[in-house]
Amino acid sequence: MIKTDIIIIGAGPTGLFAVFEAGLLKLKCHLIDSLPHPGGQCAEIYPKKPIYDIPSRPEIMAGDLVDRLMEQIQPFQPGFTLGETAMEIQKLANGSFVVTTDMGTSHHAPVVAISGGLGNFEPRKPDLENLAKLEGKGVDYIIREPEKYRNKNVLIGGGGDSALDWTIVLAEVAKSVTLVHRRNEFRGSLDSVEKVQALKNQNKIQLITPSEVIALEGENHLTSVTYSHKGSSVKHLTDYFIPLFGLTPKLGPISDWGLEIEKNSIKVNNALDYQTNIPGIYAIGDVNIYPGKLKLILCGFHEATLMCQSAFQRIYPEKRNILKYTTVSGITGFDGSRKEAQKSTIKTIE
Amino acid sequence: MDIKVTVIDRAGKTHQLQAPTDMAMNLMEVCKAYELPVEGTCGGMAMCASCQCYVLSDHPLADKSPDEEAMLSEAFHVKENSRLGCQISIEKKLEGLKVELAPE
Repeated sequence: MIKTDIIIIGAGPTGLFAVFEAGLLKLKCHLIDSLPHPGGQCAEIYPKKPIYDIPSRPEIMAGDLVDRLMEQIQPFQPGFTLGETAMEIQKLANGSFVVTTDMGTSHHAPVVAISGGLGNFEPRKPDLENLAKLEGKGVDYIIREPEKYRNKNVLIGGGGDSALDWTIVLAEVAKSVTLVHRRNEFRGSLDSVEKVQALKNQNKIQLITPSEVIALEGENHLTSVTYSHKGSSVKHLTDYFIPLFGLTPKLGPISDWGLEIEKNSIKVNNALDYQTNIPGIYAIGDVNIYPGKLKLILCGFHEATLMCQSAFQRIYPEKRNILKYTTVSGITGFDGSRKEAQKSTIKTIE
Repeated sequence: MDIKVTVIDRAGKTHQLQAPTDMAMNLMEVCKAYELPVEGTCGGMAMCASCQCYVLSDHPLADKSPDEEAMLSEAFHVKENSRLGCQISIEKKLEGLKVELAPE
């Protein structure tokens, strides 16, 4: 069981910044995120897009914002459970919580802060008969371990970054890789597009465009897919079909936690501390709703800050807390690191 | 100056919206302002297709950008008249525009 002061669900900008604010109060945090990396939407949907409304940053790439936040919170040594989805929450007799993921990892803390953004990123699934039946039996949406496909025939569907990148990786491992896309154009980094072009030129992969998978065949395991090409249907024998059509956020298991939900968001008390209807569970950033709510990163930072003050009082009701300024107190990391303002030089001029 | 836009939601219900032409708004934002079930997950960057709609009227829409083309090529339920709402700017010439929301 992982023990911490605040379990943060969702490692986007708001959740990451909460680690910093908690750290100033000497509270430790552990983040859970269903994506295999921190950053949330900023990392998953638009890492290369500039953001213009972060105070004092006239322009910053979303991916860089995540990197800077990771650097900023480093002294406070947050724990991470990545690539796992927070599934269940249990309130113990003493008012603390246990949060368990889909992989069975348990986390225990007196406070839970949900900074889940628009929700869990789930794969977008093509509308195909047999798809649900063959999930995990030849149909995979996420590649966890490329070795699984060694010496297998793989067919990838999609035209974005992940379709290109996995085509490149699996071309080294699989017996055959076929990439099927609805258009001749692909959207990805220039480097990836050129690599896939080279693989095709060397006959290391098969590229079928414009084409679309229209049927899946197989009983206990996928045996073949049928795709449309040049006006006819082609049956293609394969061991795996990997549709990579991006991810879409869904509020997911959190919606069954007994929290008050309105318009797919979690209702909170914004006059006070962004606490939900369950004392000890807070919701901050894009995932919450209150009158006048704005889904902005900068608002998430503010909410994270107030949440931490309230969390401190909840954890240490007997302690009196006073806001400390980093300009005065500096930063003392849990790793022993220390940052502080340089002492002014006071010297007599004769 | 407002224009009138008709949006048919996923349940087949017709909504008449007033859309301002002087607020640099796009159709996805107008739908959200009216609390229609349009998610606009990516905020309007043509990166999620949650605002996909079918254009039913015969209005002179600007050509699709390469980003919009690419997104639509990966989206589901795409038809000839599919567009991303976030890429349709509200302009005077779109008075009377009629669209239907594509399935989620």
